[in-house]
Amino acid sequence: MRDTGGNKGRGFIKTVDWKLVICYLVLVLIGWANIYASVHSSEPASIFDFSCRSGKQFVWIATAFAIAILILFLVNPRVYEGFSLPIYIATIGLLVAVIFLGIEVKGSRSWFGFGPVRFQPAEISKISTSLMLATVMSQLGYRIGRFKDFVVTALIILVPMAIIVLQSETGSALVYVGFIFMLYREGLSGWLIFMMGMAILLFILTLAASPYTAILTLAATTSLCICLYSGRFKKWLMAGIPVIILLAFTPHALTLAAEHFTADGTAEAVQESFFSKINPIYILFAAIAATVPFAVVHAFRERNRFTYLALIAAAAGILLVFSADFIFSNVLQDHQRKRIEVLLGMKEDPAGVGYNVNQSMIAIGSGGLAGKGYLNGTQTTYGFVPEQSTDFIFCTIGEEWGFVGATLTILLYVFMIWRIIKNAEHSRESFTRIYGYCVACCIFMHLFINIGMTVGLMPVIGIPLPFVSYGGSSLWAFTAMLFIFIALDRNERKYF
Amino acid sequence: MKLNRQNRLLIGLCTAAAILIARLFSIQIIKDKYKTDASNNSMVYSIIYPTRGIIHDRNGKILVGNKVAYDLMVTPKEVEEFDTLALAEILEVSPDFIKDKMDEFHRNRRRIGYQSVVMLKQIEPQRFMKFAELAYKFPGFRGQARSIREYPFNAGGNLLGYVSEVNAKYLKDHPDEYRAGDYAGMTGIEAAREKELRGEKGYNIWLRNSRNKIESRYRDGELDKEAVPGNNITTTIDADLQHYGQLLMKNKVGSLVAIEPSTGDILAMVSSPGIDVDMLADFGQHYNDILSNPYKPMFNRAVQAPYPPGSVFKLVNGLIGLQEEVFTPQTMYPCSMGYHFGKSKLGCHAHKSPINFEESIMMSCNAYYCYILRSILENKRFGSIDEAMDTWREYVMSFGFGQKLGSDFPSELGGFIPDSKYYNKYYRKGGWKATTVISLSIGQGEIGCTPLHLANLCATIANRGFYYIPHIIKDSENVAIDPKYKERHYTKVDTVHFPKVINGMYRAVNSGFGSGGTASIAAVKGLDICGKTGTAQNPHGHDHSVFICFAPKDNPRIAVAAYVENGGFGATWAAPIASLLTEMYLNGEIGEDRKALEKRMLEGNLLDRVKTGK
Repeated sequence: MRDTGGNKGRGFIKTVDWKLVICYLVLVLIGWANIYASVHSSEPASIFDFSCRSGKQFVWIATAFAIAILILFLVNPRVYEGFSLPIYIATIGLLVAVIFLGIEVKGSRSWFGFGPVRFQPAEISKISTSLMLATVMSQLGYRIGRFKDFVVTALIILVPMAIIVLQSETGSALVYVGFIFMLYREGLSGWLIFMMGMAILLFILTLAASPYTAILTLAATTSLCICLYSGRFKKWLMAGIPVIILLAFTPHALTLAAEHFTADGTAEAVQESFFSKINPIYILFAAIAATVPFAVVHAFRERNRFTYLALIAAAAGILLVFSADFIFSNVLQDHQRKRIEVLLGMKEDPAGVGYNVNQSMIAIGSGGLAGKGYLNGTQTTYGFVPEQSTDFIFCTIGEEWGFVGATLTILLYVFMIWRIIKNAEHSRESFTRIYGYCVACCIFMHLFINIGMTVGLMPVIGIPLPFVSYGGSSLWAFTAMLFIFIALDRNERKYF
Repeated sequence: MKLNRQNRLLIGLCTAAAILIARLFSIQIIKDKYKTDASNNSMVYSIIYPTRGIIHDRNGKILVGNKVAYDLMVTPKEVEEFDTLALAEILEVSPDFIKDKMDEFHRNRRRIGYQSVVMLKQIEPQRFMKFAELAYKFPGFRGQARSIREYPFNAGGNLLGYVSEVNAKYLKDHPDEYRAGDYAGMTGIEAAREKELRGEKGYNIWLRNSRNKIESRYRDGELDKEAVPGNNITTTIDADLQHYGQLLMKNKVGSLVAIEPSTGDILAMVSSPGIDVDMLADFGQHYNDILSNPYKPMFNRAVQAPYPPGSVFKLVNGLIGLQEEVFTPQTMYPCSMGYHFGKSKLGCHAHKSPINFEESIMMSCNAYYCYILRSILENKRFGSIDEAMDTWREYVMSFGFGQKLGSDFPSELGGFIPDSKYYNKYYRKGGWKATTVISLSIGQGEIGCTPLHLANLCATIANRGFYYIPHIIKDSENVAIDPKYKERHYTKVDTVHFPKVINGMYRAVNSGFGSGGTASIAAVKGLDICGKTGTAQNPHGHDHSVFICFAPKDNPRIAVAAYVENGGFGATWAAPIASLLTEMYLNGEIGEDRKALEKRMLEGNLLDRVKTGK
């Protein structure tokens, strides 16, 4: 290992990635300005008024800068690798402690309260988990494909995630799912991501449409994958597609037949009809049962392991479909269930759970192309949108700065993530690279979930928009996380 | 670019960003829904109600004006503890009323939020002033000024119609035009001219937060809109005449209509019993009384009641006969206490015989018109009685009968004039002949016309052959009337035939008692009144008393139709009433010699004769 302790090599100005730093500064300022706007009333207070959130945010920003400078100039980047395990363990300890010692905020115990200052250990745990992952995965001889290594990696992610779920902060826990993209970069099979996406899709289809649709989709996807893998795409097009289309219309055809072939048109007669008694899902299973042996025979002849795995995955998928209702009604908590119902349009609830999303979309939608102008928003200024300076801060941006401002903000994030990934790829040490990907994944997850929620693409999941949302603990954590990477990156650049 | 894992992730990143941006594009730029929702969400329109247009009579007198009343508004969220008894005393309501209201607001507090709700409507200024002095004791209570209708003259209650708060059905029938709490004209002129009278509402825009609390003016009131007062309307009504007409018709059931022949202006239109203007002002309060009144004061007999016209209709048949040349004014017909055909007879009263046309009008001979109608219907010129009947009907219709005249007054009805189809259906084809329908000759039988039709007939004769559609709104700067009210409508009878009829009408009134003229009681010295009595047979009770008249004979200024239900002979009630109205209009006063008659008419009470179905 190189000694990078002293200030040797290239100087400070040239080694720090200023583009990232400026990007960070701009986002923080956007956040500050919009927090001021979101609590702005017809009797405006100064942006520095400490009784307002904008004034407090100024303090958080100032302290965040201090943290950034500390990390950038005073802490030797070398220490992270060495101290990652104690930091990780300490964080787990805090996460557990907060369940017993924390104060209750909106039904979840995830905050420590020190007088006026509140602090959420889950925010730090993102950093310590990232550092821990980087440390473990950058070790010589680590291979993600190896079972033992995979289990260790999974545990590092799942342990804090599980504790956070226990704190009823499901939203924060969801962010850890993002690490899968980092794992993919480090060699995890892409099929895993694919299967995860598939699982989410099946879950949604089962709830929003029907198990029939979900299983048909699963069957179609599995057959397509198997055919693609074994080079039978044309056959799939010619044989598979007609069968799938036929099956897609089967339930509809059965209903029509039941109505048509009944002596009298009464509802009871239709129900008693032969055709109504056929559950279309049996037909689907018959079709699947008829196809699977062919696939198995082919696979056996060609010694094709992929087909077996795909079939096993598909079987798991079918299990998921049949347990989706159970998970939905028994595992998920009430408010989570409601949020998903509202998102999938299963229930209209504009006054309850739907209220937030509805108001948020009204605020953003009313912004139009260029927005209503800074401090001129009517929706956000007058308190229609709840949680407006924290989780729903994007509404203020959307309303007052319009499509242009909102898009620019998103592009700024994209640039930041893009830049982090590029820098990570350029680094020679895998520790820096893996940590960089972790940072990128975290920011991405927050970005997508938070904005997705404000525009009604995601269920209401209360996580902040990085650097922009009001709140000290979130700002500090993201600042620390980002600047640790900038410091690591700077360390790399010294010698290029 | 290689499709390695790093680049795949970057592509994924860009795709995710693109999804978010596409969604933003959709809700911010494509869909309008959110913009409209937003303006409802945060802007409160506080409505400024316009004052309704004033309704004037033809001489500029105010028939309907406005006065201020106050609605007591409460903002429950701002109400502190207050002295219920004191407030009840000031407002002159019971303490329980206030308590009940406050309880109701408390129950609905979530819906009401920071809004104001109405506690008491239409408090008159004196009562409100008492409250205003002590308002500081009642935080959360305030008054909202609202203009309501005021009626300086007790004239034309049915004509004017009433204004009331719109109900659910009205809102449904007029989508987008009205909102709950608005007032609208419901009947009469108020309804017919609602569009001109109502004016335009204005509004102040306020910004409120999600808890309904008003925060400030929106753009300092830049986009606020002033209320535009309604247009004033001038009617053709003569307020004094209308009032006098109502006095004459008091305690009688029927109708009195006066028209200025040279313009078609309706000078007075009385339906009795009618609605007092005092009731109009607070219609809701009296609504049940009015509905349960057995004489149906809401029913505007002047334009809605299809009565048999009686002998007045002889004028029409006479004119048709002259035009068809089935007789001449010199033709003498005999009358032996009626007209005999086969074994039947249509009776008549005692008068000299035979008589000519003018005398037949003067003495109102029934037989004369049986001859005329029979000659018309049995005229060889026509191939069949069907054709003759339908021709006759066309003549009658050309006088405006059997159809809506097209007056600007709402809810006018058309009455009924039979045609051959009607009788073919009733008697089968060929099953009837002229004598079957002979009672049409004297305005009885299957015939119905409104007092407005009769007044219009009178105006047509006064004009020597044409009429203007009777109307109630005068052309003015603010409100232009339909040009159709300025068109002459000629009948199918040539104008040369009218003077004969007028002479007969003149002689009916001015021949003096003992001459056989049926309407001598209507004579007024110097006015040259021409008139025709009618006694419409009524199988259910006393006959109806009918009279039409116009004056003066040359250049007539007023044409009147009076219809008094169960009044007996035309000369008994209708003729005195119509002539008194004419005299009042032309002379401005009633002559000494007619004061006794006037007194008898004003005090007469025929209500007991009227069967109300109770």
